Amino acid sequence: MDAIKTIEEGFKKEVPYFVVGDTVRVFTRVVEGDKERIQPFEGLVIARKGDGARETFMVRKISFGVGVERIFPVHSPFIESIKVVRQGSVRKAKLYYIREKKGKAAKIKEKARQYPKQ
Amino acid sequence: MTGIVGKKLGMTQIFTQDGRMLPVTVIEAAPGLVLEVKTREKHGYEAVKVGFFETARAKQLTRPEKGVFEKAGVKTYYRKLKEFPMGGLQAGETITVEKFAKGDKVSVSGISKGKGFQGVMKREKFKGGPGSHGSMFNRAPGSIGASSFPSRVWKGQGMPGHMGSERVTTKNVEIVEIRAEQNLILLGGSVPGAKGTIVEIRKDS
Repeated sequence: MDAIKTIEEGFKKEVPYFVVGDTVRVFTRVVEGDKERIQPFEGLVIARKGDGARETFMVRKISFGVGVERIFPVHSPFIESIKVVRQGSVRKAKLYYIREKKGKAAKIKEKARQYPKQ
Repeated sequence: MTGIVGKKLGMTQIFTQDGRMLPVTVIEAAPGLVLEVKTREKHGYEAVKVGFFETARAKQLTRPEKGVFEKAGVKTYYRKLKEFPMGGLQAGETITVEKFAKGDKVSVSGISKGKGFQGVMKREKFKGGPGSHGSMFNRAPGSIGASSFPSRVWKGQGMPGHMGSERVTTKNVEIVEIRAEQNLILLGGSVPGAKGTIVEIRKDS
């Protein structure tokens, strides 16, 4: 098992601290033909899954009235950077219930105490 | 042919050069020692006898196995003996993961996970019957032969029974990475057997 851990550690990147309930802006590298550009995707983190280099997180946003969810590997080379926009206060590990909520019910309270800046 | 024997450590995912996630199986293959070279003149075929997995415990070996080490004149014991039709090697040389290269297509053999006594749907890939609508024919094999012809059961007719724990070979497995300093081979995708299974990796040519 140790060798596998070592392999996984090798693929880990430095990632800012964020948890489920936070709003993040994910800057993704998009390759179009031979050109590369950065595309941001901003939304609520509704789940984090897995551990080590295999960890992924799910971001949900409402785009033109339609809910859009994207799953990113935390340590993916396609992610340029992650910025924590807002820290939310939630009591659950997975916020799937938010899909059924609209308007004010879909709002996440801001965390009273902010965690330190990285 | 080039061959090596290793231990399956388990699976994980890595990122490829172009950023995609790729499932890999990690194999630990410590260097094997060439104990004997078989030649066409003397033995009728060409091969090398290689010992893998050094062990200090003589109790793990049978007397014929110990005889092999005595004849080769080596002090250390190896748990797994294997013959590969490889040429150009001398007794006393080692076979390491460096015999393989990134991008090679290999065949991987190992003892598959035991599934116990299984029915025909899992074991023989039978379709089974409808699950609902009052059907009482769910997972049974059905008819195994008609009465007038053939009036017997065909050879090879699928039946329930023990499944798994047999030698399985996966072909065309790509070597994703070689980590020579740790004796590790990373293979794309899955490979037969549970964690800890001893697997054989072979490359033709």
